[in-house]
Amino acid sequence: MAEAAVAVPAAAAGRRFRLPKIDPYAAIGLTIYVVFFLVALFADRIATHDPLEILFDDDGNLLSNVAPGAAHVLGTTNLGRDIFSQLVMGTRNALIVGVSAAIVVASLGTLVGLVAGFFGKWVDTLLMRVADVALGIPFLPFVIVLAAFMGAQTSNVVIAVALLLWPNTARVIRSQVLTVRERAFIEAARVTGSSTWRILFVHVMPNILPLTFLYGSIAVGWAILTEASVSFLGFGPSDSISWGYMLQDAYGSQAMSRGTYFWFVPPGICIILVVVAGFFISRGYEEILFPKLKD
Amino acid sequence: MASLLDVRGLTKHFPVSRTLREVARGERPVVRAVEDVTFAMDQGESVGILGESGCGKTTTGRLLLKLVEASEGTITLDGYDVRALKGPDLKRFRRHAQLVFQNPFDALNPRFTLRRSIAEPLLNAGVPKGEWDDRIAAVLKRVHLSGVSDLMEKFPHQLSGGQLQRVVLARALILEPTFIVADEPVSMLDVSVRAGILNVMREVRETMGLTAIYISHDLALVRYVAPRTIVMYLGKIVEDGPTDAVISRPLHPYARALVAAVPVPRVDQDRGALPITGMIPDARNPPSGCRFRDRCPYAVARCAEEVPALRELAPGHRAACHLL
Repeated sequence: MAEAAVAVPAAAAGRRFRLPKIDPYAAIGLTIYVVFFLVALFADRIATHDPLEILFDDDGNLLSNVAPGAAHVLGTTNLGRDIFSQLVMGTRNALIVGVSAAIVVASLGTLVGLVAGFFGKWVDTLLMRVADVALGIPFLPFVIVLAAFMGAQTSNVVIAVALLLWPNTARVIRSQVLTVRERAFIEAARVTGSSTWRILFVHVMPNILPLTFLYGSIAVGWAILTEASVSFLGFGPSDSISWGYMLQDAYGSQAMSRGTYFWFVPPGICIILVVVAGFFISRGYEEILFPKLKD
Repeated sequence: MASLLDVRGLTKHFPVSRTLREVARGERPVVRAVEDVTFAMDQGESVGILGESGCGKTTTGRLLLKLVEASEGTITLDGYDVRALKGPDLKRFRRHAQLVFQNPFDALNPRFTLRRSIAEPLLNAGVPKGEWDDRIAAVLKRVHLSGVSDLMEKFPHQLSGGQLQRVVLARALILEPTFIVADEPVSMLDVSVRAGILNVMREVRETMGLTAIYISHDLALVRYVAPRTIVMYLGKIVEDGPTDAVISRPLHPYARALVAAVPVPRVDQDRGALPITGMIPDARNPPSGCRFRDRCPYAVARCAEEVPALRELAPGHRAACHLL
């Protein structure tokens, strides 16, 4: 019997993780996420300098606008800061924002979608009207206003993204719950005496969790993009480095006209990669959830 | 006579969305899915509920198990007032009354192993975990699934329909219920495995002394499993009697049409035209008086004015028709 007890989770896990591997898009997206995650995790070791330290050479001259080379992989800014180190430390910041926002968005959206879809009636109406209001708020102005009132902190960016993105998740989860709750196995759970909450969280929820992960992975890209936009506009936290901060710094220093492309192209590419990774994963998931789309 | 199940005046009206005109007039249109259904069943009896799609037979089954709340009437099962059940009483009731589903491919959670699905009632009923293996083994033996190795660790999509339906049956039986509703238990299965499932059901019903309701549109199935048949039409019972009598001497014109519509295994046989034509009417707006009158070849003026009562015309054989 002990054998059987062990075999069950193994089989379940095999089923759940078998599918994303097959789809090449999902594989690419996951690879990008994994690489960025590792960079963020070991950012301290990868970074060659303190990203905010103003560097001088042995003679005491400012190392301003150094071209990429052995000492400085991507060169330095016009204030003598190491760009590669900024990029690496910015990855950590970006992922903290992205992942924490995604967790909040996915859990809030899933909970609201589950409750609205499962209980229906006035609960559904109320929650979905709130979702409509949240969807109607313009994204960037809201984040800027929030940053202005509550201070330019990373946590406020996360809160803003979470407040604005949960309705997308909630709506999709709700519609999925509407179909799942009509399935016979839900009625079977009722007739065998499962409580309402048990039906909701044990029988319904596992069947919509793929969508939760999907919307979570999209939210990662969105949150990072938002953080970058806010930082670029100068409303971001000034004490930590992010990709958006780098872009803003480069913009303010006329990096484009100076031709120091190594300053602003890499953070731009990183932002694009993360957002595209979210899209690729969602594409991969889509084909798993709706296999007919392939044809 | 102590009946196990006693149903009186059972009625279910489903509200439908209203048009603007209906809102303005204060009307509340409903689908009259089940109307004034009255019957009783003895302990250990099995009854087939027969009727075409939309006649309310499935809703009746759901009402008896409190999966749908009734609009009117009383349901008494084994002393329980089913409509008033809630909380711990409802939980206890769930152990005694079970449902076998029509579509076994949909009736099991696709993300649960079969062991988990079968054990779910045990968990909900608070059966100690130490007893689970024995009870699962016992119930699998009952449904003739015990020979298949490591079946319990599989997922529903890995099994055939016949096996799945046995698992569904096992889940319904594991708490040793006294009353079971089988809603079209074999209609989604291949013809080749139907008899196997029906035999298992008949066997467990006899050994466990179950009281069972078989809901079906298939006269042959009802004849195979149930000695008593209730025929429903548009939410009402039109005939209720011993299956043999309903088949050999149907009383109600609708029951006669139903029996006449059964295919016979001779292609060239002269079968006479079906005695009824047309479609089952809209349950939002059923005909006045007898609901069958607009399709009935014998309808008279009285049928439109007066609802026919279900009267006992022979011992244990009731029908609802003015002309009998």
